[in-house]
Amino acid sequence: MNNFTYIAADTPKQAANIISQNPDAAFIAGGTNLIDLMKENIAKPNQLIDLNKIPGLDEITELPDAGLRLGALARNADTAYHPLVQERYPLLADAILAGASAQLRNMATNGGNLLQRTRCYYFYDIATPCNKREPGSGCAAYDGYNRMNAILGSSEHCVAVFPSDMCVALAALNATVNVSGATGERQIPFNEFHRLPGDTPQLDNNLQHGEIITSIDLPPGGLNKNYSYLKLRDRTSYAFALVSIATAFELKDGLIVDARIALGGVAHKPWRVTEAEEFLKNKQPAKESFTQAATLILKGAVGLKHNAFKIELAKRAIVRNCLTALNPDK
Amino acid sequence: MKSEPQVINNEHDKLPAALAPELDIVLRVNGHDRTITVRPWVTLLDALRGRLDLTGTKKGCDHGQCGACTVLVNGKRINSCLTLAVMQTGNDITTIEGIAQDGMHPMQQAFIDHDAFQCGYCTPGQICSAIGMLNEGHAHTRGDVQELMSGNLCRCGAYTNIVDAIMEVKEAQGNE
Repeated sequence: MNNFTYIAADTPKQAANIISQNPDAAFIAGGTNLIDLMKENIAKPNQLIDLNKIPGLDEITELPDAGLRLGALARNADTAYHPLVQERYPLLADAILAGASAQLRNMATNGGNLLQRTRCYYFYDIATPCNKREPGSGCAAYDGYNRMNAILGSSEHCVAVFPSDMCVALAALNATVNVSGATGERQIPFNEFHRLPGDTPQLDNNLQHGEIITSIDLPPGGLNKNYSYLKLRDRTSYAFALVSIATAFELKDGLIVDARIALGGVAHKPWRVTEAEEFLKNKQPAKESFTQAATLILKGAVGLKHNAFKIELAKRAIVRNCLTALNPDK
Repeated sequence: MKSEPQVINNEHDKLPAALAPELDIVLRVNGHDRTITVRPWVTLLDALRGRLDLTGTKKGCDHGQCGACTVLVNGKRINSCLTLAVMQTGNDITTIEGIAQDGMHPMQQAFIDHDAFQCGYCTPGQICSAIGMLNEGHAHTRGDVQELMSGNLCRCGAYTNIVDAIMEVKEAQGNE
């Protein structure tokens, strides 16, 4: 790790004020990703601002509209096992528990989960070009070993995927990210939080330097009856997704009245296609419709040398997971 | 003679000109307050091993992938390689050296009884992780134990016996 100074902040405002005066400072919360990136000499902050001592940001509280507020400093494990999350948002609980290991989930925070960097092999290897790590240097993954890389929404500049499981469920559940900065507070709809790479792959999301995530709001109605999170990976546990799917339905009188399908492991952000979800509405839940929805979701998918299999894998996983969501207890 | 830590510093214009000051911190480890002086970048793992001579906690990958460095912080298991010592003030840290009360901890005895290791390098992390898992209370079946222990690798492949050992302790706790 490089040379850096350390300070613990007492309030979000103080943290925002310190970081806004230093373009090379970084916040640290759980640290499970940032410290690793610093050991690899990928992240090189000259100052770390520790958020862990800020009181109140680790709480999970009910909102007046029966939604739920997840504090940014609440740990992933405490969130997944929280009784209200288990009862109302089981899709989120399942997605969190599909990610990382128990040790990491005990440390990693909800805010940090949104801000984790890609695990693209070339982003992690400072001996190779990477436009995300060093803008303008090129993309070694594009013609390299790209089995884990994107099939949707990528650009010639970057084919990295966003690795979170938790965020796939948050996207499906229409969460909102609450952000505080030196100039005030704002809310970012979850699907507008992360970015596609385009020609600025160094930007993972739309958070500005100086802004801090304070919490994540879940709207009421957690779609807690017909839901399923499916994660396909190279080993049974503790591996990043090749493809993951968060599916939830609201059914009424035998018809689908609300459908959510979000994909992880395929793009630079959790992938949702409104057209496919609208297509399923007011239809009876049936394999044929799910297959057509899967085709709509994968429209425009492009396979690279080593990851073209993920296109068919994703389609089949969508259909399987939609069927599972109809009977989540089986 | 005390040697200065080596600093990787390729971007002199951005990084502080002088080494960041050493910080005096108090870590509560195995029930004792220990005062140490560290630079900000010293991980909890390196502080435990290098400053406090608690070498039971092992450094495997140093990247949170193997679980050899697992310790308990406020009763919960974490990877000590992925947190800084300066971030852990005020917390109750338990290492493999601190788990035994009167004689061996039941988990230690179970690992011996079930031959749950070969080389033993992952064992302190496995035992701390297993104790943390049973504290957390989410492992109900053998399958749960396998899933919730997946953050601890054993390259000798003693997994079957490790799960046997943990299940014995778990069932004994359940029968108390």
